[in-house]
Amino acid sequence: MSPTLLPLLVGLPLAAAGLTALGRRGARWPSVVLMATLSLNLAAALWLLTTTRSGDVLAHGVGGWPGGISIPFVGDTLSALMLLVTCLLTLVCSAFALNTGLGAVRLFAPLVLTLTAGVNGALLTADIFNLFVFIEVMLLPSYGLLILARRGEGTLGSVLGSRLYVTFNLFVSTVFLAGVAFVYGTAGTVNLAELAGAARSSPLVAAATAVCLFALGMKAAVVPTHGWLARAYPSTSPAVTALFSGLHTKVAIYAIYRVYAVVFEGDQRYLWIGVVVFSATMAIGVLGAVGEDTMRSILAFHMVSQIGYILLGVALFTPAGLAAGIFYLLHHMIVKASLFLSTGAIEVRTGEGRLDRLKGFARREPLLAAAFLMAALSLAGLPPFSGFVAKLTLILAALDAGQVVAAVVAIVVSLVTLLSMLKIWNAVFVSREEPDADPAGSGGSGGGVAVSLRERTDVPRVGVLGSLPALVLAGITLSLGLGAELLLSLASTAAAGLIDTAPYVQAVLG
Amino acid sequence: MMLALSVGALVAGAAYLMLDRTFLRVIIGFVLFGHAVNLLLFSSGGILRRTEPLGSGPDPAVTADALPQAFVLTAIVIAFAITVYMLVLAVTGRADEDAPAAGSDEDAAPDAADEDAPSGTDDRAGMDDRAGTDDRSGAARRTTDEESRA
Repeated sequence: MSPTLLPLLVGLPLAAAGLTALGRRGARWPSVVLMATLSLNLAAALWLLTTTRSGDVLAHGVGGWPGGISIPFVGDTLSALMLLVTCLLTLVCSAFALNTGLGAVRLFAPLVLTLTAGVNGALLTADIFNLFVFIEVMLLPSYGLLILARRGEGTLGSVLGSRLYVTFNLFVSTVFLAGVAFVYGTAGTVNLAELAGAARSSPLVAAATAVCLFALGMKAAVVPTHGWLARAYPSTSPAVTALFSGLHTKVAIYAIYRVYAVVFEGDQRYLWIGVVVFSATMAIGVLGAVGEDTMRSILAFHMVSQIGYILLGVALFTPAGLAAGIFYLLHHMIVKASLFLSTGAIEVRTGEGRLDRLKGFARREPLLAAAFLMAALSLAGLPPFSGFVAKLTLILAALDAGQVVAAVVAIVVSLVTLLSMLKIWNAVFVSREEPDADPAGSGGSGGGVAVSLRERTDVPRVGVLGSLPALVLAGITLSLGLGAELLLSLASTAAAGLIDTAPYVQAVLG
Repeated sequence: MMLALSVGALVAGAAYLMLDRTFLRVIIGFVLFGHAVNLLLFSSGGILRRTEPLGSGPDPAVTADALPQAFVLTAIVIAFAITVYMLVLAVTGRADEDAPAAGSDEDAAPDAADEDAPSGTDDRAGMDDRAGTDDRSGAARRTTDEESRA
């Protein structure tokens, strides 16, 4: 892939977004343009990955300006891997949205395309200020997607969730911008390649970059700033939750990996902060899930917990730890989206997400149940799924680096994860529909809705088409578990690119 | 010094407003916060060189750094867009106060919807009046429930 084409990964989705925004209500062609652009995007990501699979770095300064002045776009193994998985998830989630009817809403296609442009840009840029801009490009359509609904089906809950989401993200973005100002004030540049190692030699730059890193940590929902995610994500429509779970926090995690590797050069002095905070994230996230009683809020808390695992990789900063973290990141994006899609399919059909109001879905939807079970076991880290490989490599890397406590926390937390996945499984899929077990006087609305759901046996089945998105992703986690060798070697190459940043710096500066 | 004081004053005002319950004040708080960070960004390019970086052969010793100014311009546009969006959110759904506990409101809305429409359609966002009545009827229903239990 010629490096000159890299900016097209941002430009093309943006152009397609502008085009599809012209579509009238009810027009079909925007969906076709959406799927075509996303497929093209996926092909481009695959191409980028094959070019960079041995650790090569592609870089292009827009307009042919010399390195250091130009707006840089860089693709290396890590960004190619991230690009591939984010493209895949956007494609699958869009297919799900089109299937459930959300995709027919007029502005769905342009919003998703702008989101794709922002994500691609954030993954490819080598400039902290451009990172801020691309994260904003990614967030602005997200605000729209959060409250997007078919006419007459919007809920008050999604407006409340959106208020929380918008204010939190605006606050964090502004803090990040302040961090960029500090970096420019102390180091005189915002180009990542020129900043390489700056934080190691100068405590001032280290403090300035730390402001950026903390802002990114808040965006990634690291404890103690995880509350927004658990509240905002379940409030929107299921397809959008699945999409966000794969993109937003993960872009922030990618940026943390990149910035810490390049600007701090993996400075060992500050790693203990990461180990403490991320271990707490693992434990507190999973404990938060215990008290929840809807499918999506349980999954959202698990996401917080898993973010702790992923970031533990960067807190170890050994080749094995980074590779395990990157593997975990990719595995988690796929599995989480699969879980949100399988539970979301039920929620879209029944309009109900509470565990105590859903019963017996294993019999009604065997395909969906299979997809959920595979993804849930993978999330908990059981063989032969990719979660097992991810957890095993991460825990071994933690032990190797002497972080015994973090390893123990990781093991205990995965047991609790399994328990709470079984909670959903038992409540929603396995349990039988009992004939009138709920006496009428037992309580206000809970009993009433359960009865009405039982009466509504005419609710149409999710069927094969509705189960397919979740099933495809669950199949990928199974194949990643059985054939982990390929992705592990790619993750090791990506990790090597983070340990030795010289090729990256050289490519950017030209 | 003046610049640092202005940033401090703006951040203090922003923090005060953001902690308010009224969503509109939170938005104004964000406007102030955005201005504070813009000033900060502006000052990161050095505040002593003030000449415009225009014309033929500008003297690098006295011309201002143009890059932070470009940053500020970008940041202003983004913040403006989000502010407008937040203002829309503030008037969507219900009165502009954030709910004391979002959970209770979410519970109340479907309850009320059940009464109004048996098919379980949720109330539409964007209709303050209807959302308001739903909430009241939800509250009324809760009180009747309590009475019947008593």
